Amino acid sequence: MKLSGAKIVIECLKKEGVKIIFGYPGGAIMPVYDVLYSEPSIRHILTRHEQGAAHAADGYARATGRVGVCIATSGPGATNLVTGLANAYLDSVPLVAFTGQVPTHLIGTDAFQEVYSSGITSSITKNNYVVRKVEDLADIIKQAFYIAKTGRPGPVLVDLPKDIQLAQTNFEYPKKVNVIGYNPTYNGHIKQIKVAAQNIAEAKRPIILAGGGVIISDASSELRDLALKTNIPVTTTLMGLGSFPETHPLSLGMLGMHGTPYANYAISVADLIIALGARFDDRITGKLADFGSQAKVIHIDIDPAEIGKNVSADIPIVGDLKKVLKRLNEVVDKKENMEWLETIEDWKRKYPLKYDNNEELKPQFVIEKVYEITKGKAVIVTDVGQHQMWAAQYYQYTTPRTFISSAGLGTMGYGLPAAIGAKIGCPEKKVVCISGDGSFQMNLQELATAIGHNLNIIVIIINNSYLGMVRQWQELFFDKRYAATNLVGNPDFVKLVEAYGGTAIRVSKKQELYPALTEALSLNKFVLIDCLVPGEENVFPMVPPGSSVSEMLGVD
Amino acid sequence: MRHTIAVLVKDYPGILAKVASLFTRRGFNIESLAVGHTEKTGISRMTIVVEGDERVLEQITKQLNKLIDVIKVRDLQFQNSVERELALIKVNTNSLPIRSEIIQMVDIFRAKIIDVNNQIMTIETTGTEDKVNALIELLRPFGLKEVVRTGKIALSRGSRDISTSKKQDE
Repeated sequence: MKLSGAKIVIECLKKEGVKIIFGYPGGAIMPVYDVLYSEPSIRHILTRHEQGAAHAADGYARATGRVGVCIATSGPGATNLVTGLANAYLDSVPLVAFTGQVPTHLIGTDAFQEVYSSGITSSITKNNYVVRKVEDLADIIKQAFYIAKTGRPGPVLVDLPKDIQLAQTNFEYPKKVNVIGYNPTYNGHIKQIKVAAQNIAEAKRPIILAGGGVIISDASSELRDLALKTNIPVTTTLMGLGSFPETHPLSLGMLGMHGTPYANYAISVADLIIALGARFDDRITGKLADFGSQAKVIHIDIDPAEIGKNVSADIPIVGDLKKVLKRLNEVVDKKENMEWLETIEDWKRKYPLKYDNNEELKPQFVIEKVYEITKGKAVIVTDVGQHQMWAAQYYQYTTPRTFISSAGLGTMGYGLPAAIGAKIGCPEKKVVCISGDGSFQMNLQELATAIGHNLNIIVIIINNSYLGMVRQWQELFFDKRYAATNLVGNPDFVKLVEAYGGTAIRVSKKQELYPALTEALSLNKFVLIDCLVPGEENVFPMVPPGSSVSEMLGVD
Repeated sequence: MRHTIAVLVKDYPGILAKVASLFTRRGFNIESLAVGHTEKTGISRMTIVVEGDERVLEQITKQLNKLIDVIKVRDLQFQNSVERELALIKVNTNSLPIRSEIIQMVDIFRAKIIDVNNQIMTIETTGTEDKVNALIELLRPFGLKEVVRTGKIALSRGSRDISTSKKQDE
């Protein structure tokens, strides 16, 4: 039996086990939407902007580990997805995005709502396709899912010209997929793994640097085994939060620009850095020449292009972390590192994360209370800025996929739509979106999506009426010249949420916070808590740009 | 240092732009680029000549490998490969003595004259880049009207070939 291209798209999604898609319709994607209309097994979540759809699919993917799917029309629909795709690409999130396209005979003519989606997205997708023959469609979709989720995951775009959606062909979903030239390496080189074990045995001051790869590879328990067997302290990147329990004595928390002093000191004097699924971003290394200058580096990553990119690796291992760590744990010897751990304990005592917890409602205090009341069990989704760093510092993450944040791209406006995706992916979990007054306004139209679908999400706005992180940099490095960072004209967030039919609470005093959080948790519906915090609070510690990570502001 | 990079790609619209953009993003100027079909249908081969920082170039080749439609990437070492370039050179020839001088030069270089009239002569030459450069320089004083070069193409020496060698850095 012959099926239309549009029908084939939906049949392929079903074969891939897709239950949820996020999207926004438009002219060039209407045939697919028409099929969706009568398809009971796929739930379509209508966002209010295509960027929201891409971020929601991203949040869904990060919270569940499954491939996120989003869909948009041609032209502006596709360009609105761009930020979302770039965001997913930089944080290695598996996503398949479908875009409508003008009919093939009009491509390249500047037709109505036509852009060259494939060209625009080629540097921010793992791969992309323009379907030019309906006969190729099923194969392409199969490949798209395969490429998105295997190796180092990433977003894949499939551009669907309207005539292809309408054309008919025989449908058979391919059983196998074979992409020539695409063979990710999963098993690490055993010889190298043994060399790594040898170096671990010899190291006096070893440290594990765990990145987002640990979570993607589902290797948290293997990481734990390694750390516990060898007594090596673990620091994580922003992407790695949750990969190792921060409540464990071996945890050093996050390192880098706003990392803990002890993590930054430890990595600065370490003689062995074991980097797991991390890519040595400039926010982690600070001044590159000084980073880990005393250390040998074991770098384990599935992407060979990450190895030696910023920090040269003495023992490179290309492979899937879960598999490599399993092997490594078999061959590595137990060790104690007593002296090293004592030094670190000493740093932890002398230089804890701290803030001036006075009678004002401090943002750090808000995060601590959220941690307390959720008992660390919530899925925390953040936006980008100061609140994001405080959420990273003052909430203790213990399980993978409980900290969801735009790390690589730093996309303001990510939080709310990503929280929607996370909540839809994990309805049984408590989802708390921590946002700022600046970030929240970059995708606040998604209030309609969240409230319209009656999603039980708590949004906490750390409201300082500033574009806080930029203001902090202006205070520290630009003589307090607050150019364009005072967010005059902010709305009344409580009234705003009420206009959308949701519930909101304003908190301006310390003692109001706990009751507000308790109420929000008990309501079992969408609640926003607008926390009015002091305007000029700074995120410390801070490694000034261009400095080495041991030179932190705000540590004494 | 200059590098000659051979890239096997799926013959697919857009692949040239994808490959080129990896170089341009890092500020590399592509000195020459030759693309053509290979012995296998659906697979093309690019020969790219670039000059630049070693570490960055290593990074670029790794990034090239990451492109799904790129099948193999090899940095061809000069001593282990044969390389050729073809050039067409149009020279002004207004007087007879000049003509015979040019013809001598063409003979020495084992080049060919492929078009001639009262005003011009078009010469075809094949060889290493140095040889092509040398001939162009010798002809320059006569007045070069137009020069076109294919860009270098190269194969590794002996029985090794790009497909049997391992993809880099795996």
